[in-house]
Amino acid sequence: MQLSVWTYEGPPHVGAMRVATGMEGMHYLLHAPQGDTYADLLFTMIERRGKRPPVTYTTFQARDLGKDTAQLFQDAAADCLERYKPDALMVGASCTAELIQDDPAGLAEAMRLECPVIPLELPSYQRKENWGASESFYQIVRHLADKDVVRTAPDGRRPMVNILGPSALGFRHRDDVIEVEKILSKLGVDVNFVAPLGASPHDIREIGQADFNIVLYPEIGDEAARWLEREFNQPAVRVVPIGVGATREFIRAVAALAGVDPALALDDDGSRMPWWSRSVDSTYLTGKRVFVFGDATHAVAAARIAVEELGFELVGLGCYNREFARDVRAAAKKYGVEPLITDDHLEVERAIADTSPELVLGTQMERHIAKRLGMACAVISSPVHVQDFPARHSPQMGFEGANVIFDTWVHPLVMGLEEHLLTMFREDFEFSDEAGPSHHAAHSPKMPANDSAEPAPVDVVATADGSLWTAEAERELKKIPFFVRGKARRNTEAYAAQEGRPEIDLATLYDAKAHYAR
Amino acid sequence: MSGTLTSPPIAVGCSTNVVERNERPILRERGQREVFCGLTGIIWLHRKMQDAFFLVVGSRTCAHLLQSAAGVMIFAEPRFATAIIEERDLAGMADCQDELDRVVDQLLERRPDIKTLFLVGSCPSEVIKMDLAKAAQRLGREHAGTVRILNYSGSGIETTFTEGEDACLASLVPEMPAESADAQPSLLMVGSLPDIVEDQFLRLFEELGIKNVGVLPARKACDLPAVGPNTHFLLAQPFLGETSRALEDRSAIRLEALFPFGAEGTTAWLKAAAEAFGVDEMHFNSVVAKPRERAKRAIEHSRAQLEGKRISFLPDSQLEVPLARFLGNELGMEPLEVGTPYLHRGLLSHELNALPQSVQLSEGQHVDKQLDRVREARPDLTVCGLGLANPLESEGLSTKWAIELVFSPIHGFEQAGDLAELFARPLRRRDVLEV
Repeated sequence: MQLSVWTYEGPPHVGAMRVATGMEGMHYLLHAPQGDTYADLLFTMIERRGKRPPVTYTTFQARDLGKDTAQLFQDAAADCLERYKPDALMVGASCTAELIQDDPAGLAEAMRLECPVIPLELPSYQRKENWGASESFYQIVRHLADKDVVRTAPDGRRPMVNILGPSALGFRHRDDVIEVEKILSKLGVDVNFVAPLGASPHDIREIGQADFNIVLYPEIGDEAARWLEREFNQPAVRVVPIGVGATREFIRAVAALAGVDPALALDDDGSRMPWWSRSVDSTYLTGKRVFVFGDATHAVAAARIAVEELGFELVGLGCYNREFARDVRAAAKKYGVEPLITDDHLEVERAIADTSPELVLGTQMERHIAKRLGMACAVISSPVHVQDFPARHSPQMGFEGANVIFDTWVHPLVMGLEEHLLTMFREDFEFSDEAGPSHHAAHSPKMPANDSAEPAPVDVVATADGSLWTAEAERELKKIPFFVRGKARRNTEAYAAQEGRPEIDLATLYDAKAHYAR
Repeated sequence: MSGTLTSPPIAVGCSTNVVERNERPILRERGQREVFCGLTGIIWLHRKMQDAFFLVVGSRTCAHLLQSAAGVMIFAEPRFATAIIEERDLAGMADCQDELDRVVDQLLERRPDIKTLFLVGSCPSEVIKMDLAKAAQRLGREHAGTVRILNYSGSGIETTFTEGEDACLASLVPEMPAESADAQPSLLMVGSLPDIVEDQFLRLFEELGIKNVGVLPARKACDLPAVGPNTHFLLAQPFLGETSRALEDRSAIRLEALFPFGAEGTTAWLKAAAEAFGVDEMHFNSVVAKPRERAKRAIEHSRAQLEGKRISFLPDSQLEVPLARFLGNELGMEPLEVGTPYLHRGLLSHELNALPQSVQLSEGQHVDKQLDRVREARPDLTVCGLGLANPLESEGLSTKWAIELVFSPIHGFEQAGDLAELFARPLRRRDVLEV
């Protein structure tokens, strides 16, 4: 058993729902107890869909347990086929139905239904949401792809691709697809279809006619892409075009497979991000300490942007989905940080407090951790709340995505000029510590004038009595901007302990500063 | 004292033939039910009982449900969590009871402030027949003196939404101390209410001269009120069938009344207590007159928007019947279908009598068929869950999402206007938007 308050991922059947809900003409029959319909509201509320997810639940109750539940399942199957007339039906069990062992696949097969049935085995006590989505999509492709539909000889025609991975309830999937299609259209590459988002079972049947696949979200699309590599000999582009550098790489990879000139999409790309980042106003971003956590794909992409495109210093990198931990480990090694692979938010909180970054890039959960610790934060990955399914166009991918990312990440930081003023005029009341980081100031309660504005209040408890610090050194410490003060305090204390100094006076403070100077 | 008990007058829609009116046809349906499970009750129960912790023994789905329902609250050191059952627990590689002991120890070490721990059963734990009652006893002995450990089920296979509160409170009843033999008559208010509402009611009882008023659940789960044959109890919520029975098993006497929604419901509810405690009628009227007038005035603000409008309720919380009665009788709305997950005729007899005869009652759900009826009737307002609200809005049907009715203060005189406003707001918004 695992004690858990927050989970980064839902159960695997929620992943299957994300695939079914993304598609057209697909229906998902889920053997599940009363109450599991709660997951509908993720789609109707967080993603604000105007239609019910195409999911029928058997909603069995205690009095149905025993033989009755199998009958309930078959009745529900007949019912939903008649009412919704889907082109294909996914059938599976949620965690409780898995325990009562009714075997949805066998029950559906015995009914000899008129539409294709895709049985799903999603082990709820082992796996999670992303895995469920990936496995469901893979099973759909495996069951529906028509092996007789294969690509024609390339002579004269435009190259054609499938875009794999976008789904319902995906972080910015809607707008990412638009950006990627824009790039492909500049390259003169046609899109066979995007799947699961917007694809129908009929589309999937013709998946073989594309020349190659583009895997936008490996968490959902890669399993299917690997099968297509084997069965249809379709190569796959696996560069995820998040960030300017990655987008350029993506364009070159696509152009190479399509046999077209990458310059078509590389020249005149409409990207403002590189200039914004080079302009002198961004100089203060140099070396800002940033902690990155999310799903592996977004975390790795964010780390690269942070280091190579914004000039931040990466102080932490991690992901919650173990399946892709290898990518995160590799990136962490490249940037010289310790990888953090965990689905325990308390561990993430500890790691953030320990590294005291100036900016946290993460999920909804990290947003709350950062708020609690008084740090700046931007959201880069699921799970996200309703505000991260915005009405406006806000991709993460492609050149427009890079523009969006620049604005989103820089916005929560104290602006350069503001920071300068903060240091110059820190005795003036407008710039006092109580004002806090700019994006918190308007609504957050005023912090008391003492040390409590520090990023990691937990860690200073041991020294809160000030026994080691002389009054003079304490006063000096308070002159250091609050967002680096916690680190300064810890460094100084570590230095004093290392040097065996009985008290921390002005000299110790500045000796430590010199010691840790970069 | 119990000898003075009389059936309180029915404020509205009083009928000479109670039996016949109670036997109106009820549509009973089975099929897909678009409802929450009882675990959801934890979201408001943990705010009420500040020294209690709720540990769900269940799957990742249960944890996911709680965080989806709790929204932003999950981050403020919540007093609930899930012990997620894993493969090794099921495969018999780990003894479930040992694992649970380990998790409970881990939890209590982290949170030494916890005085009552509820082990909450879920569908998975019920299906694998994990004996949480025995676990609660065993752990209770181990931690005796510091933490009380109880158990109830909030599983979807057994409970619907608010029934989770019923199961929780019923588990507290055997823990209530016994009334002393010479106890004065006491009143017990049952059902978790927002603190501000609870305080208003306690003030009113005091003004009425009713002494010894207890509350279940108390704000601290360790301060349980006493119960016995001199205890009269008033249900503040309609979904407390099990709790009511458990209290009656301990010889407490249930006072029958309308539920305290709106000016009339609240008056009838208070009146039931006043009569049981022999409060002089003149005194009752003088205490109630002012707040009752205030409530009526506040309700009037929404009348123009709501009068004559047709409303349908999809099943959710069992609040549907009393709310339909309030909207029908005090605001002139026309309830079409009133769906409820479970209809407790005994607890709702006064409500059913007061509900217009034209109303179609339905119990249980076949959600597709019920939506067909909604689409055909096209009510002005449909009360439904969040899984259905936006889809119905996009079909041009105005909705009021039901969960808000469980989270907002809506009981009593002072909230009557707010309650009406909850229903008027979506209609006003529909009128005001020009996009």
